[in-house]
Amino acid sequence: MAKMTLEDLRKLRETKRQDMDMRSPDNKDVDIIVSMGTSGIAAGAKDTLKAFVEELEKRGLTNVAVRQVGGMGLDHAEPTVEVRMDDMPQVIYGSVTPEVARTIVRRHIVGKKLVNKHIYDRPSADIVADTKRGE
Amino acid sequence: MAYNQYILICGGTACESSKADEIFDRIIEELNDAGVREDVQVVKTGCFGFCEKGPIVKVLPDEAFYVEVKPEDAAELVAEHIVKGRKVDRLLYQEDESKEHAKIDEISFYQKQFRIVLRNCGFINPENIEEYIARDGYAALEKVLTELGPEGVINELRTSGLRGRGGAGFPTWKKWDFTRAVESDQKYVVCNADEGDPGAYMDRSILEGDPHSVLEAMAIAGYTAGADHGFIYIRAEYPLAIKRLQKAINDATELGLLGDNILGTEFSFSVEIRLGAGAFVCGEETALLASLEGERGMPRPRPPFPAVKGLWGKPTVINNVETWANIPVIINRGGEWFAKIGNGESKGTKVFALTGKIKNSGLVEVPMGTPLRDIIYNIGGGIPNGRAFKAVQTGGPSGGVITADYIDTPIDFKHLQELGSIMGSGGMIVMDEDDCMVDIAKFYLEFTVEESCGKCAPCRVGGRKLYNILDKISKGQGKPEHLDQIAEIGHAMKRASLCGLGQTAPNPALSMITYFRDEIEAHINEQHCPAGVCKDLIQYSILPDKCIGCTLCARRCPVNCISGERKEVHVIDQSQCIKCGECFEACKFGAVICR
Repeated sequence: MAKMTLEDLRKLRETKRQDMDMRSPDNKDVDIIVSMGTSGIAAGAKDTLKAFVEELEKRGLTNVAVRQVGGMGLDHAEPTVEVRMDDMPQVIYGSVTPEVARTIVRRHIVGKKLVNKHIYDRPSADIVADTKRGE
Repeated sequence: MAYNQYILICGGTACESSKADEIFDRIIEELNDAGVREDVQVVKTGCFGFCEKGPIVKVLPDEAFYVEVKPEDAAELVAEHIVKGRKVDRLLYQEDESKEHAKIDEISFYQKQFRIVLRNCGFINPENIEEYIARDGYAALEKVLTELGPEGVINELRTSGLRGRGGAGFPTWKKWDFTRAVESDQKYVVCNADEGDPGAYMDRSILEGDPHSVLEAMAIAGYTAGADHGFIYIRAEYPLAIKRLQKAINDATELGLLGDNILGTEFSFSVEIRLGAGAFVCGEETALLASLEGERGMPRPRPPFPAVKGLWGKPTVINNVETWANIPVIINRGGEWFAKIGNGESKGTKVFALTGKIKNSGLVEVPMGTPLRDIIYNIGGGIPNGRAFKAVQTGGPSGGVITADYIDTPIDFKHLQELGSIMGSGGMIVMDEDDCMVDIAKFYLEFTVEESCGKCAPCRVGGRKLYNILDKISKGQGKPEHLDQIAEIGHAMKRASLCGLGQTAPNPALSMITYFRDEIEAHINEQHCPAGVCKDLIQYSILPDKCIGCTLCARRCPVNCISGERKEVHVIDQSQCIKCGECFEACKFGAVICR
């Protein structure tokens, strides 16, 4: 590489900073949890995961951590994705194709609106809570 | 390039020697086989500091902290964690049995730490200049060249209160200002990376984990003081640090961050590495400069100080690695920010190398003034095997001990000095009740006698005399007047020696007679070593009423000096015994005793 000017150094720092922020575990306040069990992967969870990561990078959203977990049990609705962030209800989305993944980033994370068509509840947790209340 | 996951593998010397390289290669191989190579970034970083549990592998963003990883674990890590997203529980760090596997920021070892110097160690790839730049790298140099100017730098440093981290704790801004004020056709900047204190390795870890931080700081000093050339004096025993430094120098030069007309300005600055042969005295600045010039590494009388008359008689700014690593942060965040951290006259943080009888040995960085108790018990995890804490040796062979009575002492320049010890380079060797103070002091004296250059008599003769006295005491030939002699010789050495080596060499012995007088008196008056270490003062014997004649001790004895038939009482032949303690360790019935 040729010798840099002040301008070049600043530019390089800005472009690379994003990469490093993506890596850093600090300042992550949004979690996207992709269910990567066998059925999820079979239904295309890998492409979904990739779509999330690419969309986040495109938008420079370094405060979002994309994590992978095992199957959540919602095999009929794979690939499933859970999104956790402040000021928004904790939501599980189902049938998240790469297209839907990009929509989730745009509407849910940036726009703070739910992507209604793909919402699935947290069935098991609710049932547990209800039984407890009934007792 | 978007990555789903990041695998950070420790590439410090400690972890490399436990096959971190092989782990790195195996993980790459496994990722290729699993077809996910492109989704995962694998980074070989500098030291994480938690060397006790190395090699360490971190997986982000899941914040999984894997410890004691072996090359053969690579397949499972990739297949389970990376491909299926299931953490490999058996490799995760567990603080104790009852607790769950900890996330990185929940580990006690890291919780009380505050990382300025080690900010990038264990996070960036030290061989990639772009990663350093992304973490505000060379932003301080940019700020200095465009905004601050030399006076601005001196002001920030003065406000920050930064003092040299190499041992003496001299205010850094003063050194720089002295050199700046001198008129000269040529000035130099020198980095002292001759880390000689046994047990301390923070300088090595900084150079291995974040070499650019030192280069950037040296360039800033060059600009401030008006020097255009810098030398890094590093010992040849640090091959990995040298390799990474050289790569860093090459990369920075290629990008125009070192060399002629840096960033298109008038300022030019180049850096060269010089290898030292690993003599302790060359860590002393005037001896280091002599060695750089190609002379024998022997100190010169000061004044004149190197800041005025240093390398080849030219004004020279010389600082220790850890001091350098603080500079870019101070410039970026401001001296005021830095001055808020720390205690009294000691600002900022200090990196300590925690070793000896401690559960979590490793590198820790804490704000100045952190009580010793926090370092030993909260970060270090306490003393292993249920033994009792006895003392900590700070400052290595130049320092003294801090005993259990003073465990709540805030660790900073002032308080350490009051206790008769020194900060030194930050070695911290923890001792428990099984360590004998006479033996420890003798060990350090042996080291300083060996390393003394012999130029001045107080150090050359005094050190040897002190060692001989300690040797006599440890062999049961000590006399009561020896205590006064230690004090007398010690104080003479302190006052009359030419350089820091001789001035501090008696510290371990002096600190021993201050804090552990009883223990020495037991050696002298009763020919007894309370810790059971000094071989000439202990005797192993077998209690006849406890011995059942299992023959285990006789079989383990390396010199066959234990006799006795099966099911009969055994006897140790004292004339043959080498006091290795094997029989003591072997006996399951408590029949072997040590007196």
